[in-house]
Amino acid sequence: MTTATRRSRAASPAAQGWAGPWRSYDLVKEFVVALLAMTLLTVGFAAVFSSPDEKPITLQGWAQADPNDFVATAVSELNGSSGTAEYGPPYNTAADGQKIGPLVLQKWGGVRTPVDTASDFVLTPLRSVPGDTELSTAMATYAAASADQQTSWATSYGDALTNAPDGDPAKVAAGEYGPVPVLTGRLLTLAQSGGLDGALVSEGSQFYASDFTKPLLFLADSGYLEDQARAQHLGGDQWGMMNETGNYPGQAWLWLYTFWYQVPPFSTSDNADALVWGLMAVLTLVMVFVPFIPGIRSIPRAIPVYRLIWRAHYRRPTG
Amino acid sequence: MTTPPTNVPPTNVPPADVRPDDPPATGWTAAVRRRAVRTLPPDQLLPDYQPSYVASWIYVFGMLSLTALIVVVGTGSWLALAGAAWWHSSPVGLFVNSLHLWSVELFFFVMVIHLWGKFFMAAWRGRRALTWITGMVAFLGSIGTAFTGYLVQQNFDSQWISTQARDGLNSVGVGAWFNVLNTGQMLLWHVVLLPLVLGAIVVLHVLLVRLRGVVPPFEVAAPAAAEEATS
Repeated sequence: MTTATRRSRAASPAAQGWAGPWRSYDLVKEFVVALLAMTLLTVGFAAVFSSPDEKPITLQGWAQADPNDFVATAVSELNGSSGTAEYGPPYNTAADGQKIGPLVLQKWGGVRTPVDTASDFVLTPLRSVPGDTELSTAMATYAAASADQQTSWATSYGDALTNAPDGDPAKVAAGEYGPVPVLTGRLLTLAQSGGLDGALVSEGSQFYASDFTKPLLFLADSGYLEDQARAQHLGGDQWGMMNETGNYPGQAWLWLYTFWYQVPPFSTSDNADALVWGLMAVLTLVMVFVPFIPGIRSIPRAIPVYRLIWRAHYRRPTG
Repeated sequence: MTTPPTNVPPTNVPPADVRPDDPPATGWTAAVRRRAVRTLPPDQLLPDYQPSYVASWIYVFGMLSLTALIVVVGTGSWLALAGAAWWHSSPVGLFVNSLHLWSVELFFFVMVIHLWGKFFMAAWRGRRALTWITGMVAFLGSIGTAFTGYLVQQNFDSQWISTQARDGLNSVGVGAWFNVLNTGQMLLWHVVLLPLVLGAIVVLHVLLVRLRGVVPPFEVAAPAAAEEATS
């Protein structure tokens, strides 16, 4: 580009105090060259590195690969000890949820996606199983029992599974479990056949489905999903969700958000998520409104990176 | 066959004797046009001269961010043509998905450089606070849009990221309205709602850049403008 001394007829207000040299500039050409450059770079990276596409875990795959974990998770849904059952809003009222000091934002959000883990994850899918007399009897027995009795059976069975070798239902000691072993055993069979994947998505008798809340909640209650994620170095203490499978950069721009989860007090707090979100909200507001914050807005003048950016300008004798 | 006439006048611009120049044309349309041209004259909207201090590579990253975003939208639109699950079963689809992924990575790479470059230039000086704010909001909107993109991939990454992210969103009550486990909801946010908002903010940001111009070095700005941020 050539340096010129004349100025554009419509120079911006910023430059109206500028008495130095001007230069010709082709905005449209810069746009086209930049667009071409970004397109070529994109094609190059895509051609060389492709993109990850690890198949999703199915409930069928989970039930086949780790049936003991599946049964233990199903029992926890029945006795109300699973992560979802004890979650609180937006799924239920079992807890208030996380807090930021006196602010119970999670509770204030309300129960907008109600989930009854025993009914939604176990009992309702089992009702779709045809021609199983033993299951029908177990379902009737369970339904006829009081809520306390149901919980007692499921809790006893859950404890027995914990004490059984490898958590294997076949090696559980005898006890007062009522119909729970039959229910969870049939749910395992249903899942291993692939029937539970569709049953959880299509609850409500809908043919079309696009909401995977229930199967994902059920899967997230298991130890299996996290085991698979940790094997891919995606655990919460492994910088979690900012990464993705394989050696791909993932959402690197979430580094600061993910960073807080790695250090105290956040890494040890029961309110870690709310505290990290609160902190990030404050930091975000600071960045958005930095022009109005004395001290912070003066940082660029104190750190002379600008002299590197405008080094050609400051090299000129007249400044 | 007759030769079509050349220099055919546009049908939306009447002859001079029909459109009065004096007094000026009245009506809402004419008022908006006069205001637009007065606010942002064509020479300022598409300048062909600039002060010499703009000769720094850091200024290029704004344009690179804009063009990378165009590639992101283009590759995303290509993916949308054949549906959300196409890329899992088609080699061409996988390549288009790769284009989309890497365009996003490049977009964020150049945008972050653009952002920090503007921070160290104190680019909010000289009544450019709104330019900075719209840029930051565009950055945040981009994070949200990219995040929803990861949720709608329908693979293991989607499962893990959504089940992890729900805790953060639920903990502050957002999850009650923005359910990351609802793939259909996230897909619509990703391909319609967030791009519309992000696109509007980016257009406003670019227009503000053209309106206020790029920020000059510290000595060029008036002393008051150097420290005071007004919008």
